[in-house]
Amino acid sequence: MTDITNQTQAALAAIAAATSLNALEAQRLDTLGKKGWVSLALKTLGGMSPEQRAAAAPAIQTARADIAAALDARKAALETAELEARLARETIDLTLPAAPAPRGSVHPVSQVMDELAEIFADLGFAVATGPEIEDDWHNFTALNMDETHPARAMHDTFYFPDKSGDGKDILLRTHTSPVQIRSMLAQGAPIRLIAPGRVYRSDSDATHTPMFHQVEGLVVGRDIHLGHLKWTLETFFKAFFEREDIVLRLRPSYFPFTEPSVEVDVGYSTEGGRRVVGGHGDAPGHAWMELGGSGMVNRRVLEFAGIDPDEYQGFAFGLGIDRIAMLKYGMNDLRAFFDGDPRWLQHYGFSPFDQPTLAAGVGAKA
Amino acid sequence: MKFSLTWLKDHLETTGTVAEICDALNAIGLEVEGVEDPADKLAGFRVAHVLTAARHPDADKLQVLTVDTGEGDPLQVVCGAPNARAGMKGVLGLPGAVVPANGMVLRKSAIRGVESNGMMCSVRELELGEDHDGIIELPDDAPVGASFADYHGADPVIEVAVTPNRPDCMGVYGIARDLAAKGLGTLKPIAIPAFAERGDCPVEIRTDDPEGCPAFYGRVITGVTNGTSPDWLQARLKSAGQRPISLLVDLTNYLMLGFGRPAHIYDLAKLSGAVVARRARAGEQVLALNEKTYTLDDSMVVIADDAQVHDVAGIMGGEDSGVSETTTDVLLEIAYFDPVRIGATGRKLGLASDARIRFERGVDPDFLDDGLDLLTGLIVELAGGTPTETVRAGSPPSAAKVIAFDPGLTLRLGGVDVDEGEQRRILERLGFTVSAGWPKNPKVTCPLRRHDIEGAADLVEEVVRIHGLDTVASVPLPRTEGVARPTATPQQKLERGLRRAAAASGLNEAITWSFLPEWAAEHFAAEGEALWVLANPISEDLKAMRPSLLPGLLIAAKRNADRGAPGSRLFEIGRRYFRAQDGLSDEKPTLGIVLAGEKTPRGWKTGKAQSFDAFDAKALALELLEAAGAPTANLMVMGDAGAQFHPGQSGTLRLGPKTVLARFGMVHPATLKAFDVDGPIAAVELFLDAIPAKKGAAFARAQFTPPALQAVTRDFAFLVPATLAAGDLVRAVQGADKAAITAVRVFDVFAGAGVPEGHKSLAIEVTLQPGETSFKDAELKAIAEKVIAAAAKLGGELRG
Repeated sequence: MTDITNQTQAALAAIAAATSLNALEAQRLDTLGKKGWVSLALKTLGGMSPEQRAAAAPAIQTARADIAAALDARKAALETAELEARLARETIDLTLPAAPAPRGSVHPVSQVMDELAEIFADLGFAVATGPEIEDDWHNFTALNMDETHPARAMHDTFYFPDKSGDGKDILLRTHTSPVQIRSMLAQGAPIRLIAPGRVYRSDSDATHTPMFHQVEGLVVGRDIHLGHLKWTLETFFKAFFEREDIVLRLRPSYFPFTEPSVEVDVGYSTEGGRRVVGGHGDAPGHAWMELGGSGMVNRRVLEFAGIDPDEYQGFAFGLGIDRIAMLKYGMNDLRAFFDGDPRWLQHYGFSPFDQPTLAAGVGAKA
Repeated sequence: MKFSLTWLKDHLETTGTVAEICDALNAIGLEVEGVEDPADKLAGFRVAHVLTAARHPDADKLQVLTVDTGEGDPLQVVCGAPNARAGMKGVLGLPGAVVPANGMVLRKSAIRGVESNGMMCSVRELELGEDHDGIIELPDDAPVGASFADYHGADPVIEVAVTPNRPDCMGVYGIARDLAAKGLGTLKPIAIPAFAERGDCPVEIRTDDPEGCPAFYGRVITGVTNGTSPDWLQARLKSAGQRPISLLVDLTNYLMLGFGRPAHIYDLAKLSGAVVARRARAGEQVLALNEKTYTLDDSMVVIADDAQVHDVAGIMGGEDSGVSETTTDVLLEIAYFDPVRIGATGRKLGLASDARIRFERGVDPDFLDDGLDLLTGLIVELAGGTPTETVRAGSPPSAAKVIAFDPGLTLRLGGVDVDEGEQRRILERLGFTVSAGWPKNPKVTCPLRRHDIEGAADLVEEVVRIHGLDTVASVPLPRTEGVARPTATPQQKLERGLRRAAAASGLNEAITWSFLPEWAAEHFAAEGEALWVLANPISEDLKAMRPSLLPGLLIAAKRNADRGAPGSRLFEIGRRYFRAQDGLSDEKPTLGIVLAGEKTPRGWKTGKAQSFDAFDAKALALELLEAAGAPTANLMVMGDAGAQFHPGQSGTLRLGPKTVLARFGMVHPATLKAFDVDGPIAAVELFLDAIPAKKGAAFARAQFTPPALQAVTRDFAFLVPATLAAGDLVRAVQGADKAAITAVRVFDVFAGAGVPEGHKSLAIEVTLQPGETSFKDAELKAIAEKVIAAAAKLGGELRG
């Protein structure tokens, strides 16, 4: 009996002292292995009488259970220690930088064009396009500017030396208005559209570039009048700038393609050196700023575009896209729009996920 | 148009303030571009009384004055003017006032040790004239302490932008007429000074070109004295920004600026024979008043005598017959020229003038006789002389336009309900006459000066602009029922989607010029392709329309590199400009990408900075084509990306052998050199017009049917000729058993040790998808044999 107790104590001490899984395995073989003394002791029980077995068995069984438990506990402890050591070895310096993922951007002009499309789609306007290399009939004549019209000379037109097959002058469109003509000729009336795009004038200084962007709006119906024009522009600007305090001032003006013709001003104030649209232009600290031209489509233009002016009438307007983009998003240099400087594009550009929607608000906040 | 308030009030009886007048001008379409009120500049300057004047203790030329400013104790002021003396009245600028001439802010200061509390001012310092000999001396009755601006009667100057359709407002009188119609006051009749005509005009006047010059009226005045204009005349011209020259010249300018009526005065002594309006003879020359010589052609109208051309009709007079100080006898010319011809002549000669702008827009055909009499009367009154009777050659247009007008149109077109009586009053105040029967379908007769009125819509504009555009109420456009319908076209959706896909891939959207330097456009033009090149470019750098989006992006990338940017990942969606059959343009929507400089910067993990390679370009091309809905699985990679690309590192993506959807690859070193930019640079161009529209209009996707059994993979390595394209092997293997093989992937390419010269090893992983039942060994073996056979056809040999 004492032998087994002593042997057990010695084995438990050796198990506790094992510092590796290999050493522990040696202890297991020594004790519980096929040739281990515990296993051998258990085998002796078979040759004993029931009385002898009843006397000897409990001690041997206890020794086996104690040693098995000690082996398991020691194994778990050694494994934990080994894992900890491995984890310590695997530690890395996470203050090191991760691989940069390039961030792309959408140009403000494109973003604003998408905003325009979204707002005007709600008002039932489609988006129309047309060629930028135009003939003088679509760019001028059909817009009631015949060859001798003084306004033609005021357009700073870029010309090509070429002529069209039917002898017309070829030029870069000076405005998006020829799209009106093309759309009316193609679709007839009634019609509601906007036509955003590039336009060209041979003009270049701090605030003018020889290429810029305009959006044309056109509505023709049976009883469209100046009041509809005013509402449309007000409604658009309120939606575009996302503020209710937009005040428009309409002033009589002159464009050959509209009659009556109306210049559109918007009230603004200056905050922190920037123009902020909103409020009445005559209110203290406020002023008016020209935003674009508009008017009721001239009868002659409707005639040129194949629409009966006794049956249909409508309005048209034109706005500078770059300009309203600058007003909304705070750019101050038009020339930078066309420079392709990644710093500028990242600064003023938009996330691809800023898709304008009416539900989220068409504008993207800084 | 600039004019002073005083000038306006010559013609308009009004109590309106400057602010009210400006509001009214804006409201009726005469846009106020600016108001210059001299009172603003003269703030802080006062009428002051010099009480004492003593020598400055330390300076010979300075005096120390005590000055009464009308309030408080007299101030001590140091003054250097020789005319400063006790008892005089002058103008004192107080500390804080800004001297108009030089912007200097006055301060309390010490001058050579003596305190000075302001400055006594000269005429020049206050920008009231050129005199700088001494300080201003005011009359004894000038009220001490009064604001000098008030005392001086500073006259605000208003500048308005007159739209090209309103030549009748290119004179102060016309503006007064519009304001009176708006209700800002009463229009005064034109005061023509009385004069007595004596005898016939001794000069024969003719128009030999009744089309170009329908009317030419004239009159001689003998015995005039051409001196300096009186102050009132000088003041008015100066307010318009005109420099007074001499009385006779100033009076023609006054007629033009005040009444919109150009006229010309010839020195009679310098004329010989009949004075005739005729066409110029080709090559004829004239020395104009601007001292430039113009060579004329036979489309231009001139005024000539027997000896020479004196006048580019309606545009500019000649130097040789202009008036001078010694002129005593003059011939006055008032004519009516065809506006179109004046405009054409002016454009051809590149000659602009105040007269041209009025004639080409159309002067008042009804103001020849009155204009001539007004000019005559003023000359006789101010320069003396004896006028002859008027001689008239031809006659101006006299048929007034008559328009059938329904006053109801004002509401239907203008959207504002204006009382019929009010409409009539507005039209009549503007000089229109309304026939009997108003308001039932009346006829409205237009004044001849209103060349801009063509139809009823123009009359609506007149009524609405005078009644007030601000009275037009906003009326909502009729809305279709329910939620707004989608309006975007497939092309628009394609472009919008691609734009955001490209940005999501880390590219920055740029917008570059549609026009390029000609060499850059030429470099990217296809063989034999004729570019669109501007006849009148604004600069050589913006001259030829782009045949590709890449040159503009390359130029931008170069600019960025020159600025020290580590790299550029730019894309642009825009048009390439080609020629269509009919001589018009063929503009193709395109997406261009340029990847320049560093792809990844130098890093602790990746080592050296890495640049872009052709596979970056390929990946973007495929990713974006996928986003565009193109069937990317069916695309073939072929060559012929273009001469601007590295011939061995570029390709095209095609749908069938002919339809090129994109080109991609590394930019050719010669192109980099031409654009003076460092490489390597990768580029992509997507031809959006070639991408087929997505098929299948329904929202519902095809059913999802994942295979019931798991796929198995088998690896093969083949020795193939080095020139074999991996894509060809992949396609051949894919075709070996279309039912079973669902994917083939190259996972290793190797040449070198162990691989015979002229060969390479391509290792592929073939994915086999069982159908209803798992593959049996024999089936797998059969498929493997088919794969090996397919490779063998391309010269591939299975490696052991």
